[in-house]
Amino acid sequence: MSAGLLKYRLAYSKLGKVRFLGHRDVARLWERTLRKAGVPVAVSTGFTPRARISFGLALPTGAESLIELLDFFVDPNMVQASGSAPSVDEWGERIAHALPEGFTSTHLHEIGSGDISLQESVTASSWILLVDHPDVVEAVDRVRSSDVVHLERERKGERHVDDIRPGILDINILDMNMLDMNMLDMNMLDMNMAQIDELEHLADVWPGDPLRSGSGTAISALLTTSGRGIRPTELVEALLAESEPWDHLTRVLRTQQWIDQDGQRIDVLSASMARPRVCA
Amino acid sequence: MSSLWPRLEPLLARVRKPGRYIGCEDGALQPRHGRDTVSWLLAYPDVYEVGLPNQGLQILYEILNERPDAAAERTYAPWVDLEALMRERGIPLFSVDTHRAALEFDILAFNLSSELVYTNVLNMIDLAGFDVHARRRSPDDPLVIIGGHAAFNPEPMANFIDVAVLGEGEEVIGEITEVVREWKASGKTEGSRAGVLRELSHIPGVYVPSLYEVVYESSTGPIREVRPLYADVPEVVTKRTVSDLGQWDYPRRPLVPLTEVVHDRLAVEVFRGCTRGCRFCQAGMITRPVRERPADQVRSMVSNGLRRTGYNEVSLTSLSTADFSGIEDVVSSLVPDPTACGAPTISLPSLRVDAFTVGLAAKVASGRRSGLTFAPEAGTWRLRTVINKLITEEDLYGAVESAFASGWSRAKLYFLTGLPTETDIDTKGIVDLAAGCVEIGRRYTNRASVTVSVGGFVPKPHTPFQWFGQNSVDELGRKIRLVRDAASRTKGVNVKWHDPSASLAEGIASRGDRRIGAVIERVWRSGGVFQEWSEYFDVRRWQEAMAAEGLSPDDYVTRHRRKEDVLAWSHLSAGLHQDFLWQDWQSSLQEFGLEDCRWTPCYDCGVCTGDGLEHIVASPIPPAGGSQGTGQDLARVGAVPVDVRLSRTPT
Repeated sequence: MSAGLLKYRLAYSKLGKVRFLGHRDVARLWERTLRKAGVPVAVSTGFTPRARISFGLALPTGAESLIELLDFFVDPNMVQASGSAPSVDEWGERIAHALPEGFTSTHLHEIGSGDISLQESVTASSWILLVDHPDVVEAVDRVRSSDVVHLERERKGERHVDDIRPGILDINILDMNMLDMNMLDMNMLDMNMAQIDELEHLADVWPGDPLRSGSGTAISALLTTSGRGIRPTELVEALLAESEPWDHLTRVLRTQQWIDQDGQRIDVLSASMARPRVCA
Repeated sequence: MSSLWPRLEPLLARVRKPGRYIGCEDGALQPRHGRDTVSWLLAYPDVYEVGLPNQGLQILYEILNERPDAAAERTYAPWVDLEALMRERGIPLFSVDTHRAALEFDILAFNLSSELVYTNVLNMIDLAGFDVHARRRSPDDPLVIIGGHAAFNPEPMANFIDVAVLGEGEEVIGEITEVVREWKASGKTEGSRAGVLRELSHIPGVYVPSLYEVVYESSTGPIREVRPLYADVPEVVTKRTVSDLGQWDYPRRPLVPLTEVVHDRLAVEVFRGCTRGCRFCQAGMITRPVRERPADQVRSMVSNGLRRTGYNEVSLTSLSTADFSGIEDVVSSLVPDPTACGAPTISLPSLRVDAFTVGLAAKVASGRRSGLTFAPEAGTWRLRTVINKLITEEDLYGAVESAFASGWSRAKLYFLTGLPTETDIDTKGIVDLAAGCVEIGRRYTNRASVTVSVGGFVPKPHTPFQWFGQNSVDELGRKIRLVRDAASRTKGVNVKWHDPSASLAEGIASRGDRRIGAVIERVWRSGGVFQEWSEYFDVRRWQEAMAAEGLSPDDYVTRHRRKEDVLAWSHLSAGLHQDFLWQDWQSSLQEFGLEDCRWTPCYDCGVCTGDGLEHIVASPIPPAGGSQGTGQDLARVGAVPVDVRLSRTPT
């Protein structure tokens, strides 16, 4: 099916109001966007030909992300027929132009057509959650020091109590005061400058500035996505022992996706970026 | 002038399909609000997925935002889950464009596609935070305007609206904007609301119900007279019609929703109006005359639209798309689209029933050929001449033969039941026709099946059947059972049907007068919203409301009207002469079919002559195919006069 096709990986962010779009909506949006941008995406054969695009891990409706991924195939023959040589830079520009507000393409590069699928390769995601609840700091401490964290959730139509602790690879409270400190404070506190830079960058790109607006306690978490995986909403349910996570979860942002390579955790783009080309 | 977004946002993760409420669509415009700008909130009183594709609303949205003195945004009925949260927290109805409160707009304008959405209009006005009763509104409250097909008899909504607009909106919205702009500039002072309404009533096509008095014979008796309260207010308001569709190539920037909607494809309107003359069809009667869009413009709207939106499917819309002159040429030129978007799928809704049409459908069909839909509407040729849906059995069987031969395996047939003069022979004829279709299909595939969809007929204003007494719920139920029983003994025929009790509610609202307003209000107050959604419809709400108001469903729904009756909409005109409609009603009862007037002498229905309009049809000859009143031998029709079945009319 994929013989002779070129495969590309595209990374994008989804921020602001569009976080309320579901995974299927976003998939349809990308089909339209790639058509608008004139990218000659290969189509499947059969009764109902579909564009050959495969999407990465579904982002829960309501969550935002700095890095979402999709792979698509291009038929080199179609590129020749349309009269223009494949130009990743040009596609990137046209994609950036064709995307609706809230979506920004961040990387586009060719990858090996035999590369493992996105769904299978990503093993963990980093998240920032804003949780508005008086007990949340205590709850995070409790989870950090526990060996077992129970959560009742549905599987194949039945309720099961799972231990989700092994899937919580890391969890921390983020100190938002760092954002407003001056240089002197930082030196005194001997803080990690890279971490502060990252946080400041985050505060700048996150629409509505939720980190500074005080709409909750910021938690960073690294959650497993392989196997059953843990959704950020499930983490909140487990933290607060409440069944309506969105009553307290004011914002949630995926900041990174990770894959395992030779026992090491590396971010998904570094792993696949044989020829990095940044667009938009 | 603040956005409600920060208050709305925390609620959205808790409701179903929150993507409905965010706006951000491709094609959404940037409204420029200001003191000198008339702000319109264009509302569709059903959920976003149903409302967003509405072409009328998209067209007006774009035309208004192109005007320097207008700004338009959109709103849709929030689904019940979000509405409950909004009411709990005091969040009012908002626009999806900038999430501005409805109360901040000068005009709240509803597009009404059907009568069962009336209760949602009340709900949205109430959710916006002002009085549902027009007479109790304060000067600053938005003017409530309704338009669309279900505004052609606005009387049931008369107490809740400030203005109804009859007909096409492209031109009249500009004229309304100018009058409202002056009013806004003058500061909307106390008492000035009556003045602006009076001013608006001078615009052709604009009806201001509060400027008319309805006199009844008794409190629950018939209407004696409807008269304007002032000499400068027109006695009859006539619909607006755009004379040349070629001058209105809208929408130029079609809205592309980010979430799935009911018609998720590009739509290009190829013509307006229809003169096939089906007597039950309100759309065909009120949108006359036929005005075709130039074929070149259709082609460029398709090609620009696909490029702009990224869609790979386009629907060529009209009331009977196969009637478009040169439809074959247009379709042929679209199939291999040269743009980078690849070959688009073309969908042709509302097709005639004949083999030519199937050939056209086969040309555009890609992929699996699952089902093809036809609408013979009635089970026997006799009844089809009564309703003037002039499809012979040969037409239908030819179409079906052609469909199965071209690879389709299923056909869907639409029928109405409860039509004038319908007997059980006609009703059972539905299944006979379907069985004939299955028999043809089995010659091609063992999988051949036919689904029959049966709806209860609801007579509509401004049609020849506006005088006909609708069948009772029991009678409609009995006829549907006849069809189901007959079908159960027929292999390959499946039946779907509409709830006959919904036809009762639709009947009350369709031909109601101003007294029905109190019924609509009661239905709404008792929780009857989203009445087109079966899970929210309960006919008891309507029956109890009628009883509470002392009104009889029989008077409004099942009674045959007489020629001398003053109809609730008699002061409103779709351009059709009342004499023409009455004559056509009489012809119907005599089983006399009328040919399509595009290619025959004029019957003087009144639309063209009255408005100085004419049909704009590129082809001087009828399209190939020959069904529905072109090229048929209508001599068979009306040869034997039958007794006028109106004799059942109560006198």
